[in-house]
Amino acid sequence: MEALFAAALGLLVAAGVYLTLRPRLFSVLLGLTLLSYAVNLFLLASGGLLAGRLPLTDQPPPWPDPLPQALILTAIVISFGMTAFLIVLSLRAVAETGHDHVEGREEEGGR
Amino acid sequence: MLLATIVLLPFLLTLLPAAFERLRLSPALAAGLVALAAAAPLAVLGPMVVAGETARVAVPWVPALGLELAFRLDGLSLLFVGLILGIGLLVILYAHYYLSDEDRNGRFFAYLLAFMGAMLGVVTADNLLLLVVFWELTSLTSFLLIGFWRGAAEARQGARLALLITGAGGLALLAGVLVIGDIVGSYSLGDVLAAGDLIRADPRYPLALALVLAGAFTKSAQFPFHFWLPHAMAAPTPVSAYLHSATMVKAGIFLLMRLWPALGGTEAWFWSLTVTGLATMLFAAYVALFKHDLKGLLAYSTVSQLGLIMLLLGLGTPYAELAAVFHLMNHAVFKASLFMAAGIIDHETGTRDMRRLSGLSRAMPVTATLATVAAGAMAGVPLLNGFLSKEMFFAETFAVGGAHWGWLLPVAATLGGLFSVAYSARFVHDVFFGGPAADLPRKPHEPPRFMRVPVEILVVICLLVGLAPALTIEPTLRLATGALLQGPLPEFTLHIWHGFNLPLAMSVLALVGGIALYLVRRYLWSLHDEIAPRFSGKRLTEAAVDGLRAACEVLAGALERGGLRLSIVALLLASIAVGYAGFAGTWPEATVTPAGVPVMTWVAAPILMVATLATVGFHRERMTAVIAIGVVGLVVSVAFVKFSAPDLALTQLLVEIITVLLFLLAMYFLPARSPREVGGTRRGVDALLSLAAGGGVAALTYAMLRSPPDTISQFYNAAAKPEGGGYNVVNVILVDFRALDTLGEITVLGIAALGVVAMLDGAKLDGPLTDSEGRPWTTQRQSLFLQVLSRPLLPMALLVSFYLLLRGHNLPGGGFIGGLVTGTAIVVQYLAWGTAWVDQRLPLRYLAVAASGIAIAAVTGLAAIGFGAPFLTSTFGYFTGPVVGKFELASAMVFDLGVYVAVVGVVLAVLATIGRQHVVVEKS
Repeated sequence: MEALFAAALGLLVAAGVYLTLRPRLFSVLLGLTLLSYAVNLFLLASGGLLAGRLPLTDQPPPWPDPLPQALILTAIVISFGMTAFLIVLSLRAVAETGHDHVEGREEEGGR
Repeated sequence: MLLATIVLLPFLLTLLPAAFERLRLSPALAAGLVALAAAAPLAVLGPMVVAGETARVAVPWVPALGLELAFRLDGLSLLFVGLILGIGLLVILYAHYYLSDEDRNGRFFAYLLAFMGAMLGVVTADNLLLLVVFWELTSLTSFLLIGFWRGAAEARQGARLALLITGAGGLALLAGVLVIGDIVGSYSLGDVLAAGDLIRADPRYPLALALVLAGAFTKSAQFPFHFWLPHAMAAPTPVSAYLHSATMVKAGIFLLMRLWPALGGTEAWFWSLTVTGLATMLFAAYVALFKHDLKGLLAYSTVSQLGLIMLLLGLGTPYAELAAVFHLMNHAVFKASLFMAAGIIDHETGTRDMRRLSGLSRAMPVTATLATVAAGAMAGVPLLNGFLSKEMFFAETFAVGGAHWGWLLPVAATLGGLFSVAYSARFVHDVFFGGPAADLPRKPHEPPRFMRVPVEILVVICLLVGLAPALTIEPTLRLATGALLQGPLPEFTLHIWHGFNLPLAMSVLALVGGIALYLVRRYLWSLHDEIAPRFSGKRLTEAAVDGLRAACEVLAGALERGGLRLSIVALLLASIAVGYAGFAGTWPEATVTPAGVPVMTWVAAPILMVATLATVGFHRERMTAVIAIGVVGLVVSVAFVKFSAPDLALTQLLVEIITVLLFLLAMYFLPARSPREVGGTRRGVDALLSLAAGGGVAALTYAMLRSPPDTISQFYNAAAKPEGGGYNVVNVILVDFRALDTLGEITVLGIAALGVVAMLDGAKLDGPLTDSEGRPWTTQRQSLFLQVLSRPLLPMALLVSFYLLLRGHNLPGGGFIGGLVTGTAIVVQYLAWGTAWVDQRLPLRYLAVAASGIAIAAVTGLAAIGFGAPFLTSTFGYFTGPVVGKFELASAMVFDLGVYVAVVGVVLAVLATIGRQHVVVEKS
């Protein structure tokens, strides 16, 4: 289980990093989204992976670690805010320049 | 509490002048009323202080830092409060006539009140940290006042210069205060003043003194930091009259007077203050002689007089301190009246240039008389207040200065007096006497009656104090100096006539010499014009600032040359290096037995991996990539379900839905494909980097999962119910234990939404007329199926979302999740019925909704303060209702309601704003 989880996380990070290095805002956005999935899962793992329980103290223990969960919950919502902002950034870039290249100008040899 | 209102009232009612302006009432009236109201508590407190008591009030603010909202009113504070409020009132009356109606007077008086409050705070603070806070507030508010005519480049530069110099001094003061606090172990003024011997004996004393002096010298415009003050003359004249007579520049003097019992009386104190004060006094008096601008002359004369007071403080004997207090009061009175007179001249003639002004005593005889008397006080002419304090100054340079400086100090003092006579003579003679002026922009006449009243009052004070000092000023002087010294007063008598003695000879010498100097001024001017332009503090500072900016640009240019990619690569390489370095030589011992992999995980994990690879593989086919990444998000939600995180699963699922909607709305305007535009080598390098990063994270995750988790969560699990009143520990952490984080979080969300709205404001987006296959878009506006379904869905969805919100404290749910459900439900209405249809039925400004959510959360936190608990403390209790039985109410639920409202507002602001772009495109 541990190895599988780690491998999936590694793949998410590798894919996220690769996409953030692409020259289009849209790809960067996809990459950042994958990275935030990876980070959230990593945070969850930091409290130990406990399957099939509930973080409610009126339930019988063991309880999962609630602190990473609280951190992740806000992280999810914040990354929604970031995604929205980046999408609109690319919209504005398209409105101003006709494309969404990250440098604000098309590279030579592009298209 | 009465004491605190003196300081807090001007802050609380800062906006009153602006409100009066809206109501077409005079904003000056509002400001005057506030100043009077702030003065009212003195009617009670004043007699107490006169009787020898020190009024005090203290409320803890940040007890962990030793910061208290503590105020004190003793003789010294009372004197300054009187000056600030008294001259403040006169300035307000004067400004009412001075400012034209085109100026935004409401704004002006609002700034003035804020500045007044800050000054009152400085002089009444009973805690050194609090004093620094107000000190910096005076820098900020004076920036606004000096730059009030923001259309003028001169005003902006002057304001910036003042902020830079006095703000930097404020930072030094903060450092000095921290050192003092460290020595004494308390920031309370009473403790610090009582610990003078301890401070002076400490090895850090020179450091503390140097830092405090840096603050005081910059604020009180001492050489070589004096140059901000003349440039601050770009301010409206009432501001100059206020800031540069009684308030801003006296703050530095006040600080040193206040701290005299703690820091004063050492060799270091003596030398640094006397040398600085002397240099400032002579240099500025000399420069003042060559200023052709009335306000420029007054500015440098102010600097010079501040130097004189500084010198007196430096001499350090009780008698010198007494003379310093006396001269400070006299200077405040005559300088305020002189600035006002200069403003009247400017106002009525249109110029302040003394080379153009002449013979005004014919057109404005009353103003001429008033200005002449005030200038006489500045020059130290007998029978006026300035004469008395100057005599004391002369006497003290002999008595004390002689021991260290020999004859040098009395000679320098006389020279300073001589210069001040010369520039005072120039102020009066050039402007009011001589032949009639030839080319004035306006025909001069007397100002409106009440514009002159403040000047008249001040000049009468000059006369009364000068003629009958023992009857008028002596009690105040005793009171203030007693509080300054924190000890017995020296023997002194205030008389107009002390007999033929050395100080009198010095006065006479200064008067005669000064007039002689004035007579030969033309020769001196030509000499000065050759030397002066080479030395300008303003130019040096601006060169330094420009140099700093140029250096930053070079640095930024060097770092940003490669664009975004290079920055990301640099960041990646650094994190990969640091990450792998952590593994070097150590591999944590695997103590946790690996768990088996259930069947469902064998299904889910490959789906996640394939979808991730598909996202990368199809990233240039944007629609396909969005679908693939949606699958990744869903599997992540499932993972949250499996690993005991129901709240996370709900949140992730909802965010996933909203994000996909967001993508779909935006895709319409974006190119459908990303072009392939980088070569194989670069892709190879990027792939290597990615694999290095991914491999590192995988290794780290594996190592972490095989070591036993060592967490602090036992605390949260144990405390959630007894302290937070909820079983859902995740929610209790969000709205109670870490509520401050959550408040920050929803604020960031609000800012993101604000950014979205701002960035789409005025954007010109063109939607394509056909899809990527060349087919025209359908003309069918909405789906009937969706419309029919969406109607009953809304109330049910809202019900569910409220239920999720309310149960959040004990079961999965809460503000974030409830807010997302509500947001989604309303977005579905937009999809089904169109933007116009929903906007018409739900006329809400979503940004305002988001803001009110943040406000609800913040106010809930503030309410705790009202009950005497720290910010964001929560409480809960159990109640019994008629139908529902026993139920629980927690203040954290109100906080969660704020989160809910904020999330709804943000989701809708973002989606509806992008959605409206479609309407714009369709219309065009």
